[in-house]
Amino acid sequence: MLGALHEVAGTGPDMEHAAAAALFAAGCLARLPGTVLWVLERSDLFAPGLAAVGLHPARVLYAEAGKAATVLLVMEEGLREPGLAGVVGEVSGRLTLTASRRLQLAAERSGVTAFAIRRPRRHDDPALLEPCAAVTRWQVASLPSGPPIPGAPDVPGLTQARWQLELVRCRGGEAGAWIVGACDAQGRLGVVSDLAD
Amino acid sequence: MPLVTRALGGGRQVVVGADRAALSLGLAPSLPLPEARARVPDLRVHEADPAGDAAALRDLAAWASRYAPLVAPDPPDGLLLDVTGSTHLHGGEAALLDDLLGRLNRSGLMVRAAMAGTIGTAHAIARFGPADREVVAPGEEAARLAALSPAALRIAPDIARGLLVLGFETVGQLMAVPRAPLARRFGPGLLARLDAALGRRSEPLEPWFAPEAIQHRLAFVEPLLTATALGIALDRLLSTVCPALEAVGMGARTVDVLFERVDATVQAVRVGTARPSRDPGHLGRMLRDWLERVEPGFGIEAVRLVVRVAEPLAWSQTKAVPGEAPISDISALVDRLGNWLGGDRVFRAMPVESWVPERSFRRAPPLWSDPNLSWPEALPRPVRLITPPQPIEAIAALPDRPPAAFTWRRVRRRVRHADGPERITGEWWRREAETHAVRDYWAVEDEEGRRYWLFRRGDGEDPATGDLRWFLHGLF
Repeated sequence: MLGALHEVAGTGPDMEHAAAAALFAAGCLARLPGTVLWVLERSDLFAPGLAAVGLHPARVLYAEAGKAATVLLVMEEGLREPGLAGVVGEVSGRLTLTASRRLQLAAERSGVTAFAIRRPRRHDDPALLEPCAAVTRWQVASLPSGPPIPGAPDVPGLTQARWQLELVRCRGGEAGAWIVGACDAQGRLGVVSDLAD
Repeated sequence: MPLVTRALGGGRQVVVGADRAALSLGLAPSLPLPEARARVPDLRVHEADPAGDAAALRDLAAWASRYAPLVAPDPPDGLLLDVTGSTHLHGGEAALLDDLLGRLNRSGLMVRAAMAGTIGTAHAIARFGPADREVVAPGEEAARLAALSPAALRIAPDIARGLLVLGFETVGQLMAVPRAPLARRFGPGLLARLDAALGRRSEPLEPWFAPEAIQHRLAFVEPLLTATALGIALDRLLSTVCPALEAVGMGARTVDVLFERVDATVQAVRVGTARPSRDPGHLGRMLRDWLERVEPGFGIEAVRLVVRVAEPLAWSQTKAVPGEAPISDISALVDRLGNWLGGDRVFRAMPVESWVPERSFRRAPPLWSDPNLSWPEALPRPVRLITPPQPIEAIAALPDRPPAAFTWRRVRRRVRHADGPERITGEWWRREAETHAVRDYWAVEDEEGRRYWLFRRGDGEDPATGDLRWFLHGLF
């Protein structure tokens, strides 16, 4: 949904890194035209990884906010710029109802899509359960992928990664969960065919 | 060959300027010329040119205005810069000083600099301090001045000599004695200099402007006190300056606004733009962000807007067809974020041709864009890079098998699928130590489907290539 705030989180002990969540947001924005503003708190984002899901380096503008509170302010500033394709913020701290509502209103006004990637220090952080004005909330969990060649489990190698994509909350819509192939080089999610096992 | 300049002083020829070689031979200014010639027979002597020196100093002041809104030549050989409100554009106080000195030294000038809370302290430390660059922390002025000779206080030479005769060898001794006898003996000038250096008496900088700079000044009958009023003044100034820029086909890159207060001090605000601009709305929005930091005191009686750096700006088309959405231009956003967070914290990641992952991109200016430059697509690259790589415990068959399991953060993860190895060799042309270094990278997936980027130091056969330890370098 364009012009709205979406919340994306990972699962499990590696939630702090939110690698799959970042790939999911990057893949969604890769298919929109225009520049993406990526607001960082720490500098562990590896740009070649974004290029691998179709977000070309010439399309991403990074802003290093340094502090958790500044991330939200920079996101809001970016959301006022109608020329952007999207704004991604890596939120390690709280995303309060007020803060998320401000972001949502700014996104609605400019039509710019916003993603808040949650990066709590602990995966059971109570801050994750706070109410939030985001239109949707996604949870991206890794699933074991299939063998590289169907029916030949001993052949080494990696295929497309697999995610359990759960729409935890959706304003005016139904929640749901899907098993999908991770974003490919154009940022598209894959349909998983071999779910028989 | 050492070089000095000469002039007539006190009825005889004296040295007034000396280059590095001459100074190292002990030929200091005010030395009689015959004595200098006697000490160094192959001395080159030029006539001093005070007018030329002053003009060169003004040129240098115009150049230095890129660092600070308020710049004043301090004859015969000094420059004063008030960098308040502009250090954020250069990455901090020390970084600004390093950049300034680096550029001047590369151009062949012998320069010393100091930054302090008062003109007097900065002046003294720059000329008499131990290092060629120093940033004096706020409140440290008295402590840093105490060890210097009283001559550092910008006083007349005869007063300095008189103080020496009385046994005052340091400023600290001067600060310790009662003030009244000093004032009686040497006049009020000495104490005024001391108080100015310590910040007890305000000393405004008389700013100097290049005559060709585009600028406008508004003076008010009643001093302004509120941010709203200043905002209106700003709009008036921009409505004069922007057409002036348009008339010469230029756009502003650096704009200063100087607020002249009733108490004769000047407060300055500086903003920089990512690309030349003469849009009053854009410049006004950026400047208005800073208005809250201006302290009006008893009121501001004049505001001056100066375009310090301008660059050619051609007419540009903003709409392809009337009624269509404007062509997106994010430079205004870049400027707002850059002025707020600091210029180097808004950037693009530009691909660099290097196989070593840490070096595969560098920070490029925020308006860089090259749609043809990217990384090779076929190689797996993680989205999070862990710097520095974290050591993990892993066991794998040599020379080229992936680990069957590894332990990271005390959690054991069994590897189900793996892709590799991708061998990355050290770049010996960058660092000697990498000549033989080899890393074998694996992309692996654990039982829960999470993917990691691991590497082993060494190729598994030759011990010179690495110690076979495993590291986690990224997460997919």
